[in-house]
Amino acid sequence: MALTNEIIQKRLSEKFPEQLSGFEEPYGMLTFQAPKELNLKVLNFLYDDEELKFRFMTDLCGVHYPNRKGEELAVVYHLHNLEDNVRIRFKVFTDINQPDIYTATGLFSAANWMERETYDFYGVNFVGHPKLKRILNVDEMDYFPMRKEFPLEDQSRIDKDDEMFGR
Amino acid sequence: MSEQHIKLPEGSIEKTTTTLNLGPTHPATHGVMQNILELDGERIVSTEQTIGYIHRAFEKIAERRPLYQITTLTDRLNYCSSPINNMGWHLTCEKLLGVKTPKRVDYLRVIIMELSRISDHLICNSIVGVDAGAYTGFLYVMQYRELIYEIYEEVCGARLTTNMGRIGGFERNFNDIAFQKIEKFLAEYPKVLKEFENLFQRNRIFMDRTKNTGAISAERALNYGFTGPNLRAAGVDYDVRIHSPYSSYEDFQFNVPVGTTGDNYDRWLVRGKEMWESLSIIEQAYQKVQEFKGTEADVFHADVPEYYLPEKADVYTKMEALIYHFKIVMGETEIPAGEVYQSVEGGNGELGFYLISDGGRTPYRLHFRRPCFIYYQAFEELTKGAMLSDAIMTMSSLNLIAGEMDA
Repeated sequence: MALTNEIIQKRLSEKFPEQLSGFEEPYGMLTFQAPKELNLKVLNFLYDDEELKFRFMTDLCGVHYPNRKGEELAVVYHLHNLEDNVRIRFKVFTDINQPDIYTATGLFSAANWMERETYDFYGVNFVGHPKLKRILNVDEMDYFPMRKEFPLEDQSRIDKDDEMFGR
Repeated sequence: MSEQHIKLPEGSIEKTTTTLNLGPTHPATHGVMQNILELDGERIVSTEQTIGYIHRAFEKIAERRPLYQITTLTDRLNYCSSPINNMGWHLTCEKLLGVKTPKRVDYLRVIIMELSRISDHLICNSIVGVDAGAYTGFLYVMQYRELIYEIYEEVCGARLTTNMGRIGGFERNFNDIAFQKIEKFLAEYPKVLKEFENLFQRNRIFMDRTKNTGAISAERALNYGFTGPNLRAAGVDYDVRIHSPYSSYEDFQFNVPVGTTGDNYDRWLVRGKEMWESLSIIEQAYQKVQEFKGTEADVFHADVPEYYLPEKADVYTKMEALIYHFKIVMGETEIPAGEVYQSVEGGNGELGFYLISDGGRTPYRLHFRRPCFIYYQAFEELTKGAMLSDAIMTMSSLNLIAGEMDA
């Protein structure tokens, strides 16, 4: 029997009654949210369960929603069940003032650098990460550049005097 | 006796290992990345990688650009196979917008994507040879990468950073010269590839250098998020073209070559075999494209007026075309809200695009899943206890592209 989104949702809801929310299927991929304390439990369950077997981490990244009070930062996991060829997306939201989230490095070695990247750009503090330091930006940087409070330069600005490049 | 003659600095005798900086501008790194190796003689004790030297903040820049301007950013990820990145990006946009492309467009895209896969593997495999000390193969096949680049040139006008195609199809139809060059490639390349394989495949020195070095088990490879030829060399037959077909790959017959040990030699073999498969796919796609006759042979894009630039002649004569032209060029088209993940089988693994749109004119968030950023983490595990010279081979056979790693 092929693994469908309904089965996954049912299995998850049985295991974590009333803790998971926001089930939807944008463009066919099952997406849901979990409270941030549960992220490892959910990942572990998805990994170990004999029916679900989500044992490949495709992607991990952060998103910043400045207008959502108390849950400004999101961490998005893309997992893949290679046997049944099903992908799911799973999100965890956290307060920007206390962005602590448990690391997934114990389960997936692949998460190591992806979590470092997320820390580098969004400042998500992955608790238990073996070496949480900046990866793409310089170590001395004291802000998290992908957050929305750092807008890109307005391309139509005229107050700059740059003779070299003739702006 | 030595105590009398040699005066060593205080404390120097206790340090038994040597620190060696391999990179960021070492000829063997083939890109700007740094490996800090801790060596015991010639054995590697530990490795630490530093990357980010050419980080250009593509994800941030993309948050301000309309969809069609992001294509140029994807060129610069894996620049050995830019067209695959371009097509992957167009497919992502088309998925978000719900555009269905005509079959002929799909087949033309397949031709281009497989050509760039060949050029990518060609570079990687011949560079493995160069790092083992065999320069001949590299020079020999370079001529055919040139031919591939000439085909790109006929199709889009550019060679390396191609910016090829548009949302919905191509900017113009393939001309006759492009088809002639594809025919020439199909006719001449098999012989060259065979010759190239003869140079390396059973070469004693090459085998000794690559066999049993940089090996990884299937289990570890999966845990490290390996994809593409590197994962297949370890024995897992995961291929995005088969698992989640895009651009009508389901219409083609091809095999997915797999290795067993996941060492440098297997990676080399898998890439070599994949080039043969790509050749057969191009042949099939070429046949299919030739079957379109008459007006069908003029189809090279889908009908998406909001995103596909109209004919220049129409812009001057038709009101609607003028409006669309203006809106597209000024980036004033609103994208539908939604989030989509689309991946393609890139030259070195699963290249994924995670796009979140909030209904504005630009993406709210765009994340690239860059395969070599993810599998480069395994380098320490791959080289622990190996010789320094093996680390060099491992680095080149992993097909690390700094542009993709640093985004």
